[in-house]
Amino acid sequence: MRTIKYILQKEFIQVLRNKTMLRMIIMLPLMQMLVLVFAATYDLKNVDVYVVDQDLSDASRGLVNHFEASPFFNIHDASFDLEDGMNQLKKEESDFILVIPPDFERSLVRDDKVGVQLLINAIDGNKASLIYQYTRSIISGYNKEVIMKWKSLPEFNPPMRVEFSDSYWFNPELDYKWYMAPGILSILVTIIGMFLSGMNLVREKEMGTIEQLNVTPIKKWQFMVGKLLPFLVIALLDLAFGLVIARVVFNLPIEGSLVLLFGFGALYLVGVLGLGLFISTVTETQQQVMFITFFFMMVFILMGGVFTPVESMPHWAQQLNRINPIYYFIRIMRMVSLKGSGFGDLIQEFFSLTVIGISFLSLAIWRYRKTS
Amino acid sequence: MIKITNICKSYNNTQALQGISLEVNDGELFGLIGPDGAGKTTLMRILMTLLIQDEGQAEMNGLDVVKDYKRIRQLVGYMPGRFSLYQDLTVEENLSFFATVFGTTIEENYELIRDIYVQIEPFKNRLAGKLSGGMKQKLALSCALIHKPEILVLDEPTTGVDAVSRKEFWDMLKKLQKQGITILVSTPYMDEAGLCDRVALMQEGEVLSIDTPARIVENYSSTLLAARSDEMHRLIEDLRHWEKIDSAYAFGQFAHVTPKDDEMEAVELEQYLMHKKHNNLQVHEIAPGIEDVFMALMSGDRSY
Repeated sequence: MRTIKYILQKEFIQVLRNKTMLRMIIMLPLMQMLVLVFAATYDLKNVDVYVVDQDLSDASRGLVNHFEASPFFNIHDASFDLEDGMNQLKKEESDFILVIPPDFERSLVRDDKVGVQLLINAIDGNKASLIYQYTRSIISGYNKEVIMKWKSLPEFNPPMRVEFSDSYWFNPELDYKWYMAPGILSILVTIIGMFLSGMNLVREKEMGTIEQLNVTPIKKWQFMVGKLLPFLVIALLDLAFGLVIARVVFNLPIEGSLVLLFGFGALYLVGVLGLGLFISTVTETQQQVMFITFFFMMVFILMGGVFTPVESMPHWAQQLNRINPIYYFIRIMRMVSLKGSGFGDLIQEFFSLTVIGISFLSLAIWRYRKTS
Repeated sequence: MIKITNICKSYNNTQALQGISLEVNDGELFGLIGPDGAGKTTLMRILMTLLIQDEGQAEMNGLDVVKDYKRIRQLVGYMPGRFSLYQDLTVEENLSFFATVFGTTIEENYELIRDIYVQIEPFKNRLAGKLSGGMKQKLALSCALIHKPEILVLDEPTTGVDAVSRKEFWDMLKKLQKQGITILVSTPYMDEAGLCDRVALMQEGEVLSIDTPARIVENYSSTLLAARSDEMHRLIEDLRHWEKIDSAYAFGQFAHVTPKDDEMEAVELEQYLMHKKHNNLQVHEIAPGIEDVFMALMSGDRSY
């Protein structure tokens, strides 16, 4: 027991004396939470519309007014010339063009139907489909108004129709930052855990200290605990730090239990640290660790659903995510903080993370040998 | 006691050790002497249970290095060739760390390391990485001794250390030996060989000779002549081209010359060199040192 205590003490002293490491531990959560969360937003605001109104009628102005009234759209420019609009679209000065044909009002009155054309810049497919959806809802709102006005139905006998009202659960104002913050926090914990543990063991190899350590009667489990526990604690501290920032800056609700959140954090970290340790047992230099860790991290993070919903990935990718620890942790973070899920809701994630943790850790213990 | 029987080890296609056998007696200060790449470190790492041999057996105080590796680690102190303590921990932290992992404390075995540790104690709060070469050596030795080992294995402890510190270090080893510790030390320096009780001369994974330094020199039967002149380089070239000379190599200010005929006198050599127009000639017969023996052994001459 005294041995393990001293090993831990030694690891902490070393981390604290390593100024670069220490700076990273403090700067990383600040940078990630304050910059990345804002940057990685999908909130659609200030979409620049180019209006080609070839009708200039009461009806067409009504439609344009609807766009103007929407907080998402911003009438950037207008003319009769579609060519000019296309040029602006190409230069990315406008995001989409609304083309109202010359006989808009006439067709509406005479034929009871008319078309408008939308030309959307779809380089960013996500944004394009969001623009399309917003536009549709504005046009359908306009439609409704037109029907009411032109049909002049008696006030006490409105047409039969289905009214729908929506309410967004767990994130009522659709604040994208609430969605991103738990995801970014998961990345943060992963980076800290995986890099620190991976670099640390291989550093002992590079410095040659492992040679001296290997001839001591230190037991394998003592050594492994010594290499795991300090970084687990540091990563959890960073998680706490990040949560405080999220709470203060974004007002992120933490509906669920903090104990549960940190419990899962620890469980998740066992897997991440295990993988980090495993990588460092099969490498010789910190450079190699950097490369391999970076590879795994890229794949895990991009597959894990921080930026894109896992549900929209192809089936095989979703299957692959079964062994991706960060996928589970992002889910857990979001479910616990936004939805207030309890342990009962997360049984499946619990088992998956446990299996992944045990596997990675066993791999590391199996690979670590005192004798070469 | 260390008992090594026919140890072989190869890395890929390179034979690092080719059937090494030797014994180190209890309380002996035994030296492994040889140039870089002779296999000294490989042999020590096998003894320290850090490497597993391909063939042969080795025992440390009766414990097999493969089977009983756990008990050996408790019993042996090891100082690797490369400084391998934590450079970002202080002197004292390093020492108490190694004491703790061996399940002891600094206080408990302070007696053993006192002579060494007092010299670095004034710097006990300094980071190990900021120590000078000689002090690093002393700290490494303290750490290797902190668990009171019965056997001490030191891999080139004096490489890269100044002459004064080297001498001090060997004095310390002598003191430790008096306390009954068996010491196996390797060195590429021939002059240190004379300080050991017995030495094994190693080259290319083989032991050339095992004996006390004095007897190794005694057994060297060839005559040895020393020569110098104003033009040392040309002198050695000339000697090597003379058919009566077996070998000639630079040794400090002199060239050490082994004639093919043991009866050759210094005068004959001097005459030859005068004939070659060397100025300020000095030629005399000398008693061979261990380095001369080693050079002779290395060149494949086993006539001693």
